[in-house]
Amino acid sequence: MRRRKLKNTLSTVILGFALLVTALFLITFLVHMFYKGSMVLSWEFLTSVPRNSMTEGGIWPALVGTFLLTVLAVAFALPLGVMTAIWLTHYGKPAWLISILRVAINSLAGTPSIIFGLFGMAVFVNIMGMDVSVLAGGLTLAILALPVIINNTEEAIRTVPHEFTEASLALGATTRQTITRVVLPTALPNILTGAILSIGRVAGETAPIMFTAATFYSRKLPTSLTDEVMALPYHIYALMTEGTHPDKQVPIAYGTALVLLLMVLLVSATAIYLRYLFRRKKQW
Amino acid sequence: MVKPQLQTRKLNLWFGKNHVLHDVDLSVYSQKVTAMIGPSGCGKSTLLRCFNRMNDLIPETRITGDVLLGDEDIYKNGSDVSRIRAAVGMVFQKPNPFPKSIFNNVAYGLQIQGKIRRSELEERVEQSLKAAWLWEEVKDRLNQSAMSLSGGQQQRLCIARALANRPKVLLLDEPTSALDPQSTAKVEELCLELKKSVTILIVTHNVAQAGRISDYTAFMYLGDLVEFDKTEKMFTVPADKRTEAYLTGVFG
Repeated sequence: MRRRKLKNTLSTVILGFALLVTALFLITFLVHMFYKGSMVLSWEFLTSVPRNSMTEGGIWPALVGTFLLTVLAVAFALPLGVMTAIWLTHYGKPAWLISILRVAINSLAGTPSIIFGLFGMAVFVNIMGMDVSVLAGGLTLAILALPVIINNTEEAIRTVPHEFTEASLALGATTRQTITRVVLPTALPNILTGAILSIGRVAGETAPIMFTAATFYSRKLPTSLTDEVMALPYHIYALMTEGTHPDKQVPIAYGTALVLLLMVLLVSATAIYLRYLFRRKKQW
Repeated sequence: MVKPQLQTRKLNLWFGKNHVLHDVDLSVYSQKVTAMIGPSGCGKSTLLRCFNRMNDLIPETRITGDVLLGDEDIYKNGSDVSRIRAAVGMVFQKPNPFPKSIFNNVAYGLQIQGKIRRSELEERVEQSLKAAWLWEEVKDRLNQSAMSLSGGQQQRLCIARALANRPKVLLLDEPTSALDPQSTAKVEELCLELKKSVTILIVTHNVAQAGRISDYTAFMYLGDLVEFDKTEKMFTVPADKRTEAYLTGVFG
């Protein structure tokens, strides 16, 4: 009896310690980022262009660039991903083809993002002649987001109770009607939360846009989809690796990192809040 | 003899290698309640689902023989499954209203058929809800979610939803097994009212229920249709020993 109690206490201590270490990493990280970043963060920092070869000024073009890239990527990937997931769950035949496709999609999800960058450069930039541009970068990021969106949508569709589908078909609805009128409306909250979370992923990626969209330094905003842009993650990379005034550039890099971090947190918080709202409304 | 509304001839069904229904010959007569009874796994629900081709959804299902709705062979190549399913309504074991408003649940079957005038739609929804004895309880809250109804009300909503298509036949798959006794009694009474306008085929594993509401009873056992007769007759002098044993509760 005493032995069991001792073991129990011991494992509680070990588990608690593991949690503490993890939490410490996270807290140290957040405190560090907020401390360093907040030193340069200001309204002016957000809304002005970089000056004096990135040693002064703000990050406005990078903010706009990241916004454009993300919107473009999701605009491509969301409809494509949702439709693919519908095909996989409702129409795909035969079974072995679906299995192969699933493996392919999961491998795509696990592919290092720099590979997507190379692919985007080869296909979109060179072969399709888009040059280094918002369009090429957005498409590359879209491919990166696709497997995430497909898997998430499939999951969302699978959680729609089978009874709903059955009831719809038994009333004489076609598969298409059942999907558009019953399955998708029921799955929509989960599809959307997943899509929002993928925004966080896309916004923070550096490698895929390195060769396809991003530029080190630009004082003006892009005027069309064929322009190259600055982007937050790449701006951090540029500040840390290029230039001759690290003393001035590193604080700006921290500020940029904090902005990116806050953006991703905000997006995640939105998704969590939406999910909470939908769950509260959900009645089945 | 009257012509049956539904009929199977030498119906055999396999799920993969599993031979589920053996040479079933069943006739379901117009404006009567026919009950299908038998122990779990005897194939009664599977047989029921042959009449609106819901078994099509299960992969590797193979069917031989004929299933007739009136004069029409519903498994004929090129037959319109959607039209058949609209003409043969189905109510499931667990009430399964859509997570939509009460109105939209009943309107669903009509809306998927194509454009319909709003006034006509409202009229048909009202008629269907009245026919399912639900109108008085919900007429003031048609726009509320169907999920806010009680289990018994939800099941009557599902009946109303099926009736909106004006089906010739209503298939009920153990419609009261998830309901409390009062709701059950109401659904049973409703069946007796509905049979004036629609043919009812009900699967139940409540023998007493079959006795209360059905005109004909089919007893199934291990994929065979063992006995089919007028309920009165089967319940007093069953022809087959297995039927007698089941009815008297020797097994089940």
